[in-house]
Amino acid sequence: MAVEFIDIVETSLAGIGTGSLMALTGVAFVIIYKATKVINLAIGEMLMIGAFVFYGFSAGLALPIWASVPLTLVVAALIGGLIERTMIRPLLKDNPVSVFMVTIGLTSVLIGVVELVWSAEPRRLPEFLPSQPVLLGDAFIPSKTAYSFVIAAAAMAVLITVFAFWRGGIALRATATDRAAASSVGIDVPGVFSFSWMLAAVVAALAGILVGSVGGISSAMGLFGLSVFVVVIVGGLDSILGALIAGLFIGWLEAMVGRFMGGEFKLLATFTILLVVLVVRPYGLFGTHEIERL
Amino acid sequence: MATTGDLILEVNNIEVVYAKAIQALRGLSLAVPKGKIVALLGSNGAGKSTVLKAVSALLPMENGLVTEGRISFDGETVEQSAPHKLVRRGLFHVMEGRRIFGDLTVEENLTAATYALTGRSGITPDFDIVYRYFPRLAERRKSIAGYLSGGEQQMLAIGRALVAKPRVILLDEPSLGLAPLLVEEIFGIIARINAEEGVSMLLVEQNASVALSIAHYGYIMETGRIVIDGPTEKLVADRDVQEFYLGLAHKSYRDIKHYKRRKRWLS
Ligand SMILES: Nc1ncnc2c1ncn2[C@@H]1O[C@H](COP(=O)(O)OP(=O)(O)OP(=O)(O)O)[C@@H](O)[C@H]1O
Ligand SMILES: [Mg+2]
Repeated sequence: MAVEFIDIVETSLAGIGTGSLMALTGVAFVIIYKATKVINLAIGEMLMIGAFVFYGFSAGLALPIWASVPLTLVVAALIGGLIERTMIRPLLKDNPVSVFMVTIGLTSVLIGVVELVWSAEPRRLPEFLPSQPVLLGDAFIPSKTAYSFVIAAAAMAVLITVFAFWRGGIALRATATDRAAASSVGIDVPGVFSFSWMLAAVVAALAGILVGSVGGISSAMGLFGLSVFVVVIVGGLDSILGALIAGLFIGWLEAMVGRFMGGEFKLLATFTILLVVLVVRPYGLFGTHEIERL
Repeated sequence: MATTGDLILEVNNIEVVYAKAIQALRGLSLAVPKGKIVALLGSNGAGKSTVLKAVSALLPMENGLVTEGRISFDGETVEQSAPHKLVRRGLFHVMEGRRIFGDLTVEENLTAATYALTGRSGITPDFDIVYRYFPRLAERRKSIAGYLSGGEQQMLAIGRALVAKPRVILLDEPSLGLAPLLVEEIFGIIARINAEEGVSMLLVEQNASVALSIAHYGYIMETGRIVIDGPTEKLVADRDVQEFYLGLAHKSYRDIKHYKRRKRWLS
């Protein structure tokens, strides 16, 4: 079987497109983990509720896109803050396992809310990305894939720049290293926790809008979170750069395997990578473990 | 002793319990006059760090609680709720074991401490003051703090306090794990900071002689309470302090019994 070069290129680009959305969602996961050390199993459902809120504004209330997107992000921030205040903060002094369990409960809560308000039926988001396919050399890229990639990439570029140059990035990293020491230098640690959940909810909602505009929305779309967990484990739970690279790579790998070996091999490939990384580098490719001076 | 108006810090009869079970302080009182260095001495587990954590409101983070008594900073009661607000009011705690942010650079560690200036108008962050007192940090400003030597890390921990422009600094065992020469150097700088910047200090130490060499007043504590206190000159002249804390004479069993008797009498 001769594999055409152009086919490889197109499949790769499509895979990287999906991968960029995994990467963006992975970044949302990492922000929470970095600041609070909470493993948030509900990241896929936070993405889902963002997509539905967007649906509510753009289809339900028929608001224009330029209003629906910012409104969605604001509502997402409020939801993120609410989750942190009511479900996470009261438990932060307890052991990590109980917080982890709470995020499992959170998945059901968010799914329940969506099914109550919008029912379990799959829906389509209003078309808002240009529908012309994008031509890169000879390769066709479906327009939604291409534009969502561009938006996801821009969002990540903004996030990385902000964390590199803004003092708040240092507050986040200081809190991640040592909470008591962070308070002792004047950092508002509970504020950092709230902020990280709000920011993560915003990022996840943006990813939700993009994922939904490519593949439609349903109360089951939180399953996207499963691939994201693989991404963050491979990239390192606390590494934004790791989420980015692992997201693109796993998106690409799944597309290639799905196209040239068959869809049933996708998961096999993904989890093989996961296992190999866990064995070789338990902290993930870019994850950090503490500096130890010997 | 000074009157309340001259005190930057006042601890009145506090009791502290960890995990609702372990009593660490039993009716402890002390005071720090404005502009002075007060030493708080005692052996391992006496409760020195607990006093500092109670004052800086960091206790709740370790599941500790002030069950009795009152702590006031600059005349206002210290609530055990928001440590960062206390820092922003000018009370800085240099914690035991340095607690620098290991994967941040030296400069980023100092930047983190600029959060202490939040809400204080007219103060701009000043890192030069840190580099003036600790020139060695200036050379290493771009280095990852986790790779600094122990002494440099202690300098950085004190440097973060300097950035915060506090009125009182709580210092927890700055001599920990440092070579004697470096200890002297760092204590010299601590004394200079006190004299030149007018910052009051509550200095916790196991190394009594070096602490008393720069302090104006001293408290000695054991198992959660103060057993001896007085101006430094009086403490260093005290026979028991000399024997049991400054290690100037041999201890025999009879002495220890004598000391215990006297301690009971004092407390
Ligand atoms: N987080 C904690 N939980 C439970 N008990 C604690 C905790 N921190 C301290 N303690 C106990 O309180 C007592 C006083 O401890 P503290 O750390 O204040 O002593 P210290 O005088 O600073 O000792 P060192 O010189 O060794 O630092 C000890 O018996 C200790 O075991
Ligand atoms: Mg101690």
